[in-house]
Amino acid sequence: MLNIKCPYCGDRSQKEFAYGGDGTITRPKLNQEISDEEWDNFVYLRKSPRGKHIELWHHIAGCRQWFKVERDTTTHEIFRTFKPEE
Amino acid sequence: MSQNFRLNTGGLINRDKPIEFKFNGKKYIGYEGDTLASALLANGIHLIGRSFKYHRPRGFFGAGVDEPNAKMQVEINGCSEPNINATEIELVNGLSASSQNCWPSVNFDIGAINNFLNRFFPAGFYYKTFMWPKSFWYRVYEPFIRKAAGLGIASLEKDKERYEHKYEYCDLLVTGSGPAGLASAYAAAKNGAKVILAEDKPRYGGTLLTDDVTIDNLSGKDWSEKIISELKEMPNVIVKNRSQVFGYYDHNMMVMFERTGDHLEKKPKYTPRQRLWYIRAKEVLLSTGSIERPIVFGNNDTPGVFLSAAAKEYMKVYGVLIGKKPIIFTNNDSGYETAIEFKKNGVNPIVLDTRESQNSELINEAKDLDIKIKFSYAVIVAHGYKKVKSATIGKLNKEKIDFENTEQIDCDSICVSGFWTPTVHLASQSGNKLKFNDSIDAFVPDKSKQNEHSLGAANGTFTLQDTLKNSFNTGSEVSKSITKKDEKIQIPNTNERKYSAHDKFWCSPLPKGKNYKRFVDFQNDVAVSDIEVALREGYRSIEHVKRYTTLGMATDQGRTSNLNGLQLVANVEKKIVPQVGHTTFRPPFTPVTIGTIVGREIGKEYMPTRKTPMHHWHEKNNAVWVDAGAWKRPRYYKRGNENLFEASKREAKNVRDHVGVCDVTTLGKIDIKGPDAAEFLNRVYTNAWLKLPVGKARYGVMLREDGIVMDDGTTTRISENHYHMTTTTAQAANVLSHLEYYLQIVWPELNVNVVSTTEQWAGAAIAGPKSRDLLAKLFPKIDVSNEALPFMGYVEGDLFGVKARIFRISFSGELAYEINVESDFGLFMWEKIIEIGKEFNVQPYGTEALSTLRIEMGHVAGPELDGRTIPYDVSLEGLVSKKKDFIGKRSLAKEAFNKADRQKIVGLVPLDRKSSIPEGSHLVENKNAKLPNPKLGHVSSSCWSVENNNPFSLAILKDGKNMIGKKLFAVSPLKNTSIEVEVMSSHYVDHEGKRVRS
Repeated sequence: MLNIKCPYCGDRSQKEFAYGGDGTITRPKLNQEISDEEWDNFVYLRKSPRGKHIELWHHIAGCRQWFKVERDTTTHEIFRTFKPEE
Repeated sequence: MSQNFRLNTGGLINRDKPIEFKFNGKKYIGYEGDTLASALLANGIHLIGRSFKYHRPRGFFGAGVDEPNAKMQVEINGCSEPNINATEIELVNGLSASSQNCWPSVNFDIGAINNFLNRFFPAGFYYKTFMWPKSFWYRVYEPFIRKAAGLGIASLEKDKERYEHKYEYCDLLVTGSGPAGLASAYAAAKNGAKVILAEDKPRYGGTLLTDDVTIDNLSGKDWSEKIISELKEMPNVIVKNRSQVFGYYDHNMMVMFERTGDHLEKKPKYTPRQRLWYIRAKEVLLSTGSIERPIVFGNNDTPGVFLSAAAKEYMKVYGVLIGKKPIIFTNNDSGYETAIEFKKNGVNPIVLDTRESQNSELINEAKDLDIKIKFSYAVIVAHGYKKVKSATIGKLNKEKIDFENTEQIDCDSICVSGFWTPTVHLASQSGNKLKFNDSIDAFVPDKSKQNEHSLGAANGTFTLQDTLKNSFNTGSEVSKSITKKDEKIQIPNTNERKYSAHDKFWCSPLPKGKNYKRFVDFQNDVAVSDIEVALREGYRSIEHVKRYTTLGMATDQGRTSNLNGLQLVANVEKKIVPQVGHTTFRPPFTPVTIGTIVGREIGKEYMPTRKTPMHHWHEKNNAVWVDAGAWKRPRYYKRGNENLFEASKREAKNVRDHVGVCDVTTLGKIDIKGPDAAEFLNRVYTNAWLKLPVGKARYGVMLREDGIVMDDGTTTRISENHYHMTTTTAQAANVLSHLEYYLQIVWPELNVNVVSTTEQWAGAAIAGPKSRDLLAKLFPKIDVSNEALPFMGYVEGDLFGVKARIFRISFSGELAYEINVESDFGLFMWEKIIEIGKEFNVQPYGTEALSTLRIEMGHVAGPELDGRTIPYDVSLEGLVSKKKDFIGKRSLAKEAFNKADRQKIVGLVPLDRKSSIPEGSHLVENKNAKLPNPKLGHVSSSCWSVENNNPFSLAILKDGKNMIGKKLFAVSPLKNTSIEVEVMSSHYVDHEGKRVRS
């Protein structure tokens, strides 16, 4: 079970959080022409990197804030956690 | 027989307190402080079980977790449990144990025929033999094998015991209270660190209890007692015995299993039987010690063959002799310690040392005691079926691959020592890649991936002096970095004997023409020949050899067999052990009861139960419950002998004819506030939201980014910047997370806040042609006319002094309203509705009637919004705005979503107007077509239409738009039905939707 530092609440057990997917994806802007390929990239295509990766986590059983986590996908080491605007 | 093998003095048992227990139905006496194993051995009992595959007689081999054989069915306090290790369970009055895997008895076991047929049972036997005919596997082979093999019997009764979970945080967790554990815990505690010291056994001290050493002129036992009592006095230290750390998980999450109840004669009422600890430790110090390695020889599984350290432990801790005529078979100095201990207790052992003539402190001491020593000797084979009676021994030739001469000598036990294997299981679980240490022929921990250190024997350090020095230093260093304190500790002086080098001898060769079974893994009955077969048949990877032969599996996890198995593979393959590699160590290190893992989260404590404020009213009025997530909802209210079908029909009919009331508190409610709330809703929902006036509700559909419908519901504009959103019961939590995601991550510039208010509001839906009359009586001051409060209107009112929100929305398709009051007044509201509604024939209705009403109206719900449907599929395309952008819109342009024959919701009625169509039925054109019969769609929801008095279903059908009027078959292989149906519009009742607007 991971130990995750919520940037708002501090160290908490993984039990309080929900994983929220790849944290490097940016949603295309609204009301914009967008090709099928670009849209598919956004909706479906995700890398599954080995090693360092930025992820989204949601403190659902806590402050309910979404934030970002830089984590190693093989060792599960967490390098840093930060607010989305950081 | 009364404890003939108990020494007159010595041991750490309490001779003043005899304890009566039963084994295989017979009564025996042991002492307080005994394990089941030591008490049986004191009574001369060696034959305790039969082996897994060959049903060979088996006896005790170890004295603790190392024991592979002594798994028993044990009954304490009326609770029967299989596979209990007799070497670990403490003796208590009334304990009753029995042997496993034997029938009719351990003395006469019919399965032992397997032993004489063993050449027909080679490695992979099951894979090879029971392959055909295929149908025999389930009917014949498997039931037979299950009966013949297997371990104990799980109880079929409900476990009445209490198990608990506990969470703890500490700076340092130290696993094991031997010299390494005591020293490191002490050093860390002195630096002020919060320390947990866990000991698996009831007694602290580990090898200090059995080794002949002194520390600061105290015996090992006295020194450990002194340290433990000091640690117990410190407020920053938790010391736990009977506690096995069995799992090492991410970020130093350690899981420990504490035996709190079984050793107590009278367990206090609320004391749990066992407790599971989740410990998050900043640093973990692994002082798990080492386990003695056997040397492999012929019939080495005969009862009476022991690990030499176990034999010593039985004497020193329990005052028990495992035999009176022992052979000590060793390749290192450890065997001599056991020999000396025997001699001190008046028994004359013979030592067979595989090494050529040696000198060391220990050997010289043994010589001085007149112990008979034969160098360059090995045991070839043990004789005796149910107990060792003699052994053939031989003088090894120079290469140690054959014998120069052999002789048979009488003995009643053989104590074997093949050097020591560090217990690296937890280190390996932590992700530490092990490295092979050639000087001790074993794997030791390498680089740490997590914050852990292995100390002492667990790290391959076998001298006390080095162990103490390293452990004091590490405990001190690691804690210093946490507490910033540096208390200097004097490392104590030790007195221990020096060892000479061990011999890399691990397996006695077979004399020519002899074919003795030589076991590597006792628990799984894997012999040298089995591994050789696997290698001959082409298995190379050690992981494959493990699975094919079952070497190192099950509860034993290869504690005594792992390295000898690797050694054998290496020898046959002409490799060295590190090239062969090792298999993965997995948690749990020792077996853990299911009860402990489950803890208190069982039955109704498995998850919270959510009840609405009206719950007790429903209960009193014979509600039959249905689970909606964690919620309890009335499915129907039973009257007399009604069944589900009759009651739900009655309730639905009453809504269509008069008025019904339904508890809708469980619907998700989200409060949305902020100047950008309208803009936000406009992006979340598929339809337009910017122009919704205050005091109006609107139905909305939200999509995921892939265009699939996520949820639907109504949202009401309470005031300029304040909205009240409702979601389905099932999706409430997901929708909130979804909204938070877009507000916090995607569009943080929007000034909007969302919060769940599901539990703040109680809701009641009143539906039916009489609902307006009822509403008027509930709110006499409000104008509830169609003009003043039209469909999708909203008004606030006063319900006999209680502030209420009134929404004119409908799920049943009837004229209907939903009233919300603060939860505390939910029951009050409900009772008022029932009381005042009497004159209009109001009846409560449950979820079953609710479904009936919405199905025959063609309103979609969960079964249609199943994560596979787009708005078109469920005929909600009219709500999809062409003008504005919203979440998931771009996906709706995808080719597959715009095909001419795209699936669409339809209604179905059976041609016979009688047969109910099972939900989940497949729709096919021809019921007799050859398989696989092309599937055109599936039935999503079914009901008995109260309006038309015949069954009606909703279905998602390929090209549904053009299928109206067609006849198809609804086939359910599960219910074994095939019903001819007619396809029609999904709106079976009130096509134009006049009623909701009436």
